[in-house]
Amino acid sequence: MSGERLLTITDLSVSFGGLDALSHLDFHVDEGEIVSVIGPNGAGKTTFFNMISGMVTPSSGDILFKGESLLGLDPNQVTARGIARTFQNVRLFANMTILENVMVAQHCRTKQGIFGSLFNTRAFRDEEREIQEHGEKVLGFFGTRLTGYRLHQTASVLSYANRRRLEIARAMATKPQLLLLDEPVAGMNPVESVELTKLIGQLRSEWGFTIVMIEHDMGVVRDVSDRVVVLDHGETIAQGSFEDVSTDPNVVEAYLGRPVEEKS
Amino acid sequence: MSESLVSPPRSAFDQDWRKVVRFGLILAAALLFVSLTDMPDKLDRKIVIEQYLSMGYLVLLWLPLALGGLVTREVVLEGMASHAKGAREVVAGAAVGLIGGLGLSGLIWLLDTRDLSDPLVNWNDDLLEILTFGQSVGTGALYWVLISVSLGAMGGLAQVVPAAVRRSVMASIVAVILVAALEAALDDISEGFRLEWLFDLMFAKRGGLTVAGVVIVIVVAVGYSLIGRIKTAEVKERYDALKGAERQKANTGLLLLTAAAVVILPMFLGKLTNELLANVGLFLLLALGLNIVVGLAGILDLGYVAFFAVGGYTTAILTSPSSPAFSPELPWIVAVIIVVFMACIAGLFIGAPVIRMRGDYLAIVTLGFGEIIRLTVRSDWASGLTGGAQGITSIPGAQIFGLTEVRGINPQAVFYLVAFFCAIAIYMSWRLERSRLGRAWMAVREDESVAEAMGVNTVNVKLMAFVVGAILAAFSGAIFAAKVGSVFETSFKVLVSIVILVVVIVGGMGRIAGVIAGAVVLIGVLGGPNQPGLLAEFSEFKLLIYGALLVWMMLKRPEGLVPNARRSRELHQDEFLQDAWLKGEIDDDDGSTVEGEVAPA
Repeated sequence: MSGERLLTITDLSVSFGGLDALSHLDFHVDEGEIVSVIGPNGAGKTTFFNMISGMVTPSSGDILFKGESLLGLDPNQVTARGIARTFQNVRLFANMTILENVMVAQHCRTKQGIFGSLFNTRAFRDEEREIQEHGEKVLGFFGTRLTGYRLHQTASVLSYANRRRLEIARAMATKPQLLLLDEPVAGMNPVESVELTKLIGQLRSEWGFTIVMIEHDMGVVRDVSDRVVVLDHGETIAQGSFEDVSTDPNVVEAYLGRPVEEKS
Repeated sequence: MSESLVSPPRSAFDQDWRKVVRFGLILAAALLFVSLTDMPDKLDRKIVIEQYLSMGYLVLLWLPLALGGLVTREVVLEGMASHAKGAREVVAGAAVGLIGGLGLSGLIWLLDTRDLSDPLVNWNDDLLEILTFGQSVGTGALYWVLISVSLGAMGGLAQVVPAAVRRSVMASIVAVILVAALEAALDDISEGFRLEWLFDLMFAKRGGLTVAGVVIVIVVAVGYSLIGRIKTAEVKERYDALKGAERQKANTGLLLLTAAAVVILPMFLGKLTNELLANVGLFLLLALGLNIVVGLAGILDLGYVAFFAVGGYTTAILTSPSSPAFSPELPWIVAVIIVVFMACIAGLFIGAPVIRMRGDYLAIVTLGFGEIIRLTVRSDWASGLTGGAQGITSIPGAQIFGLTEVRGINPQAVFYLVAFFCAIAIYMSWRLERSRLGRAWMAVREDESVAEAMGVNTVNVKLMAFVVGAILAAFSGAIFAAKVGSVFETSFKVLVSIVILVVVIVGGMGRIAGVIAGAVVLIGVLGGPNQPGLLAEFSEFKLLIYGALLVWMMLKRPEGLVPNARRSRELHQDEFLQDAWLKGEIDDDDGSTVEGEVAPA
C-alpha cells in the first residue's frame, strides 16, 4: 500500500521556555499510509501537528514534505503545499454557513480577486461554481447530514459530531495530499466512532489522502492504522503495528505507570 | 395562551420598595444631570407647542414619564405567572416621580441659596429662572413635585391601559415632538411640494406647532398606530414569505424604487435638506468603507480618518490654484483618479506595519497612525505642501464633464455626486461580500489562526480590506474638498474616526442597510462632527447624545438598528440556539437521525 516517502521529520525539537514539548523526534509518513500518533495527555501530540502545519516554529530539526523543507513557511503556505488539518477543540467558522466553511477553505486553490468579483466576469462565475461544487462534494462524503437545507445554515447549529465532520470536510476542501486529523472521534458515541472509522478508511481508498491521526480511542486506532507511533514527554517511545505497540512495556508504563514493586 | 397564568392584581402598596426608591433616585440624578448640562436653558428657545411647551422643558419632562413606566415593567418568562396590572403600577410610578421631583426641588433650593458656579459652569440665575417657571422658589419647587408625580403616575398608568391605547398615546407624543423638532426641515421641504399652506397652518410664525398643528399630528399618529401599523406588518409578512425568484423580483423593485426616490426627491427639497443629505452621503461613503474593514474583516481601525484626509488633501493640492508647493490645477475628475492611487499607497503604507497585530493592539496603533497623519499635515515640515495650519483654500468645484459644477453653494449637485459614489460603494460591498475575498474576510474575523491554517493568506487579505476601505474614504475626502472649497487639518480630527465607527455600530455592523440607517439617524438627524443635522438646536449636546445612544445601543441592541443576521446571532448565541432547538433545527445527533445517510456499520 505505501508508496513514496511523503513527509520526513528529522531530529525535531521544540521548547516553550525550558519545557521540551518535543525533543529529537524522528518521524516519517509514506504516501497512502494511515499513521496514528498516540500518547498520554501532554505528550506533545498537538504540538507535533502545530509544528507540521506551521503554527509553531521548531527550535531545531527539519520537516521535509515531498522533498522540500517546510521550515519558515506560514501556515497558509503549508496548506497550499498540500497539508490540511483539523483541530482537537473544533474550531469552525461558527457564524459562516456550512457551505461557506468549505468554500473558504479552497482559498489557496483559487485566485479570483477584486476585479473578477466586481465585474462578475466569466472566470469569476466559473470559479465560484467550481468552488461550490467541490464544497458540496466534500460535504456529500458524510451523507446528507451536511447537505441539502443545511448548506445555508450556520455552523453553530450543528451537533457536536457534525461539527467534527464539518471540520474534516473543511480540511478535505483544501485539496490536500496529507490530512492531519486531531482526535477525529473525540466526543462521539460508539456508533458514530465506528462509522467515522470506516470513513477514514475511505478517505484513503477513495480520495487518496495520506492520513496522520491523533487519537485516544484505541478501537479506532486498531481498526484503521497501518502504523502507530507512541509519544511521551515529547519523545517517540515506540512505533510499529498496533499489536506490537500495545504490548510494548514502555507504552504500558507510559499509560498505566510502573508496577508498584519496581518503584521502591 | 398565558391568560390562565395571570393572577389577580396585587394591592397598591405591595411594592418592591427598594426598586421604587432606586428608580426614584435614578430619576432625580437624571433630572439634575440634564438641568446642569444647561439643556433646559439652551433649548428653551426651541418651541414645541406655541405658548405651551418648549424643548427645554421637554428634555426634563420625558424623564419621569419614562422611569415611572419602566419601574413596574417586568420580564415575564414563558410559562411563568404574571400579575394583572392595576393601581399598584400607578402608585409605583407616582412614587418614583415624587422622589425625582423632590430631587429637582432640592436643586432649585440649592440654586437659590448657594453659588456653585465654580465647578458647575451652568449654575446660574438663568437656570433658576427656567426651573421655577419665573415664579418664586417655593412655587417652582411645588410645581415640579406635582408635575413629576403626575407624569410618573401617567407612566405607570401606561402599563395598565390596553396596548392599543398605550400605543396611540405614545405615537402621538413621539410624533408631536418629532414634527416640532423637524420644523426647519419641514419648512424647507414644504416649499418644494407647494405645501406652504399646510406648514403655515401647523406652525406658528415664531416657531413651534400651533394647536391646530398638534391636532393634525395626533390624528395622523393615532390613525397610523391603529390601522397603518397592522398594514405595515402585513406587507412585511408577505415580503418575508416570498421565496427565490419572487423575492428577487421584489428586491429589484424595491431597489429601483429607492433609486428613483434618491434621484427625484432632491429636486423637491430645499437647500437646507439637500445640504443635510449631502453630509449624510459623505459620511455614508466613509461608513461603507469602514464597514468593510471593521464589519467584514473584523479589523478595528480607529485611524480611518487618515484616508479621508488623504483624499481631501490630494484633491486640494492637485486642483487648487493656491496650493503652496505646486498647483497643476487639474480638473477634479483627473484628480480623483490620482486620489485612488494615493489611497492605495496610504492603505498599504499604514496597513503594512499594523496588519500583523490583532484586536486591541491594532486599534491602538491605528488610532496613533490617524493622529500622526493629521499632525504631519499640520507640521512646519510639511506645511510647504499642505499649507500647515492655514490649510489649502480656493479649491474649485468639481466639473463633471462640463455638465455642472459641484460645489458647496449647490448642495443638490453635491448630493447627486455623493449618491453616485455611494452607489458604487454599495455595489462593491455587496459584490465583495459574496466573493472569495469576502469569505476570506469573514473567516479572518471569525478566527484568524484557523483562517491562516485553512490556506488564507491573512496578511494579504487584511491589506486588501484596508486598501478597499481607504479608497472609499478617499473618494469621500475628494468630494468633501470640492464641496467645502478648502481643507484644514482640523476637519480630520480623531473625532471623525469615532463618529464613523459609531455610525457603523449603531446602524448595524456588517450590513449595508444598517450602515445607511446609522448614517441617516446620526449624521442626518444629529449632525456630523462639524456639520449641523436636522436637530440643529441640539448640536451643542451632540456628543453627549452620541455617547448616550452608543451606551444604550450596546446594552439593549448590540447588533445595531438594522442588524446583520450573522452578527446578531453572534451576540445572542444562547437565545438563538434555544430558538433553533425549539424549532427542531438543531440535530440531537445520535448518528442516525437524518434519513438517507450512511448506515452505521
